[in-house]
Amino acid sequence: MILLCVLTFAAMADEARPLAANPVTEVQVRRLSEELRCLVCQNQTLADSSAPLAEDLRNEIREMAAKNMSDQEIIDYLVARYGDFVRYRPPLKSSTVLLWLGPFALLAAAGVGLVVFLRRRQGQVADDPLTAEQARQVAELLNKES
Amino acid sequence: MIPEIGHFALIIALLVALVQGSVPIIGAATGNVAWMAFARPAARVQFLLVLIATGCLAWAFASMDYSVLYVASNSNSKLPLQYRIAALWGGHEGSLLLWAFILSIWTVAVTFFSRHLPDAMRARILGVMGLVSVGFLLFMLTVSNPFERLLPAAVDGRDLNPLLQDPGMVFHPPMLYMGYVGFSVAFAFAIAALLGGELDAAWARWSRPWTTLAWLFLTVGIMGGSNWAYYELGWGGWWFWDAVENASFMPWLAGTALIHSLAVTEKRGSFKAWTVLLAICAFSLSLLGTFLVRSGVLTSVHAFATDPQRGLFILVFLVVVIGGSLALFAWRAPSVGRGGTFAVLSRESLLLANNVLLVVAAASVLLGTLYPLFLDALGMGKISVGPPYFDAVFAPLMAPAVFLMAVGPLARWKKAELPDLARRLRWAFAVSLVTALLLPLLLGHWTPMIGLGLFLAFWVFAASIQTLRERLPANGQPVLPRVRGVPRAWWGMWLAHVGIGVFILGVTVVKGYETEAAVRMHPGDISHLSGYDFTFDGVAEVQGPNYVATEGHLRVSHNGQPVATLNPQKRLYTVQNMPMTEAGIAASLSGDLYASMGESLDQGEWSIRLYRKPMVDWIWGGCALMALGGLLALSDRRYRVTRRRRIEGEELP
Amino acid sequence: MKRFLLPLGIFFVLVGFLAVGLRLDPREVPSPLIDKPAPQFSLPRLDNPQQMFSPKDMLGQVWLLNVWASWCSACREEHPVLLELTKSGVVPLYGIDYKDTREEAQQWLKDGGGDPYRATGMDISGRVGIDYGVYGVPETYLIDKAGIIRYKRIGPVTIEVLRDKMLPLIRELQAK
Repeated sequence: MILLCVLTFAAMADEARPLAANPVTEVQVRRLSEELRCLVCQNQTLADSSAPLAEDLRNEIREMAAKNMSDQEIIDYLVARYGDFVRYRPPLKSSTVLLWLGPFALLAAAGVGLVVFLRRRQGQVADDPLTAEQARQVAELLNKES
Repeated sequence: MIPEIGHFALIIALLVALVQGSVPIIGAATGNVAWMAFARPAARVQFLLVLIATGCLAWAFASMDYSVLYVASNSNSKLPLQYRIAALWGGHEGSLLLWAFILSIWTVAVTFFSRHLPDAMRARILGVMGLVSVGFLLFMLTVSNPFERLLPAAVDGRDLNPLLQDPGMVFHPPMLYMGYVGFSVAFAFAIAALLGGELDAAWARWSRPWTTLAWLFLTVGIMGGSNWAYYELGWGGWWFWDAVENASFMPWLAGTALIHSLAVTEKRGSFKAWTVLLAICAFSLSLLGTFLVRSGVLTSVHAFATDPQRGLFILVFLVVVIGGSLALFAWRAPSVGRGGTFAVLSRESLLLANNVLLVVAAASVLLGTLYPLFLDALGMGKISVGPPYFDAVFAPLMAPAVFLMAVGPLARWKKAELPDLARRLRWAFAVSLVTALLLPLLLGHWTPMIGLGLFLAFWVFAASIQTLRERLPANGQPVLPRVRGVPRAWWGMWLAHVGIGVFILGVTVVKGYETEAAVRMHPGDISHLSGYDFTFDGVAEVQGPNYVATEGHLRVSHNGQPVATLNPQKRLYTVQNMPMTEAGIAASLSGDLYASMGESLDQGEWSIRLYRKPMVDWIWGGCALMALGGLLALSDRRYRVTRRRRIEGEELP
Repeated sequence: MKRFLLPLGIFFVLVGFLAVGLRLDPREVPSPLIDKPAPQFSLPRLDNPQQMFSPKDMLGQVWLLNVWASWCSACREEHPVLLELTKSGVVPLYGIDYKDTREEAQQWLKDGGGDPYRATGMDISGRVGIDYGVYGVPETYLIDKAGIIRYKRIGPVTIEVLRDKMLPLIRELQAK
């Protein structure tokens, strides 16, 4: 039966049409919906969600994209309605400075700390990895094992 | 009756855990050998009791006892047996039981493989693990009892969440928990060492195999979860920076740092305090992950039903365990010696730098995961932190770590010379730079991220080849004895590092060059994607055990040659009336062909998403190499020899 | 010694946040529309599709706008509270029936014991809902005489919320 269907349809084999009416704006819709949060879902992007609200919002974005609105304009439109919560890429402002700069500040601090530590350590410590007594203990323990 | 036995076993297990957590530690402090000797039998009895409890719950699932609330909420008579058993950890209460069960497995393993440890050390280790167990058993018995009865019994269960009805569910959570909970051993070793004041090279050596084993499980667990998401969620993503994924990734980062730090502590006696701190951190992050999943403070696709009371219990538990151990650390660590000297540039310093980068990366993931919570708690509004943030922050932190990782094995202990290193690595550098600049032109297009990814991947490969050449110098002997001559631990390290390169290569190529098309297809229609022709042969109904599915049939050909058939399904799980997608995937080393069914449109037309994902399997291949590296390191002769001795010793009275 | 205390310090700061976090609901998103003019719309009325309902008609009054739907189970929970509120005559209540059908909505009101709304606009496409930042019904907006949104309740209106939050605010706005 399936074979029959295939044969009939094969006769009129066709180029599949893209789902989106306008593939150019669809790229923009895709890009934006990957950065925006589906509000009703637990933690999913608009692109990944099949919730009705996500669908509505994707359509809304599609319409705006068709009107040649820029990414920023579309994001602003949604932020005006749902707040910064819809953005998976939080905007840089006073309350998110720590979020965006924190990792790099931490990296810099850790880097400086590391260099200071290594230099100071080199000056301070005499080379005594293990005392004679410790070395004997270790050897004894390891011998017991093997 | 059986559920009551399970419940009763948990109560007795709690009492035994209390003994295990107190008597041996007091014995170790006072030098009372008889008290210390309590540790081993207590741990073994506790294991048996938790095993009985777990068995009872599994029995309740297998025999479809819907008078048990947890069973009724998480399974159904139509659910296939393997998922009925896996449903044991499909919800909150059961996954806690799994946690406690796995903890008891690790504890009992320690009792068998700790004959060579001093009595006091072993008593303290088992005592600390007993105390951790007390927390989890108490938690189950007070606020989340998996054996709670449902009266009158339900006629049938509400079914396991269809998202979890997948072979991935059978393996992924136990693996992940083996990893999470496995860090409790390294943690217990560290606390025992702090308590006893015996932070020495022997301590590091004993901790190493346990840490490697836990890390190996965690790697496999994360890899499995990522692969599961890839084929189950229908759009081919493999990592989402979801709070719960991050909760498993942070201990992995800390554990990776710990493995390396332990190596230095064992070989050179350095970084003792740092190593102890990492051991505490790795396990603390595992516990924190448990809190994040269960308390409902964060929204996540994985979050279980939330209950503030449970959250409060875990928080108090966190304060006791983590706060207590960090306080102990602050008290004892200053008296720890510093160990051997090394130059500002040496293998030690490179390992320390890598450690710092890994810890900064883990801290950044923690910051991003908890930042929405921080702002909300301060009343500064709600924000979302998602993949765009983590991608932007994580790559620049990991790039230097990966760069140094490749250099580390070439640097000498104690003191390395920069000109010497540069000379040995100049070819590796040149090869990777040229590849990063030219390969993208062959593949299609070049972007800075693709360039960086390829550079790092080939840098790892080229430097690894250089490392290998130096380790196996051509001295006229045949290859095989030379390969055998190198300890397996070294091969493990080498393989795991190559695995990182393979992983980066997979990520870079799939992110840079994947293609997709969303099309509407009539039976007979053809769609073209990256040189592949997808022919849609229509759909067929498929009846599953507890679902009905519409299965699409797609034939794929390349230059007229058939290469694969894809059968993506759209399932409807009848009990919860929940639709699920099951992607159709044809996997190969060069890349996957991936199709998922969308909606049925009019006149037999379907919306279908098609993807070509080049080299995506290299991502998991890289993880598998890392895990294999861990396995090789574990099988190293020196561990094997001791184990055989111990087993022989076991037979003596 | 001091640097060894650092991890403990960081941990306790973290615990502080987690403790506060336990009492927050991560799913409740504050509306950016508070203290902003209520978005304009004109929707056909549920009882009479020929007639339109628009917030413009409400200027000069303090009023409540409740977004509901027949498919929303939490709306059933708040329905008796809304009926009581209307009976008391403290504040006029208007509705937006969100992504719903006329028959089902009318049947739902009948089953629920009556219609508490002076008028309900039918937002079948959900477009007005998007303008109001609706992400989960029921949601309730308090709008002042100048047409500015002053408060938003996400989730069902309960007696407690009404008594402790909404009514005091309504009286205050009415007195202005």
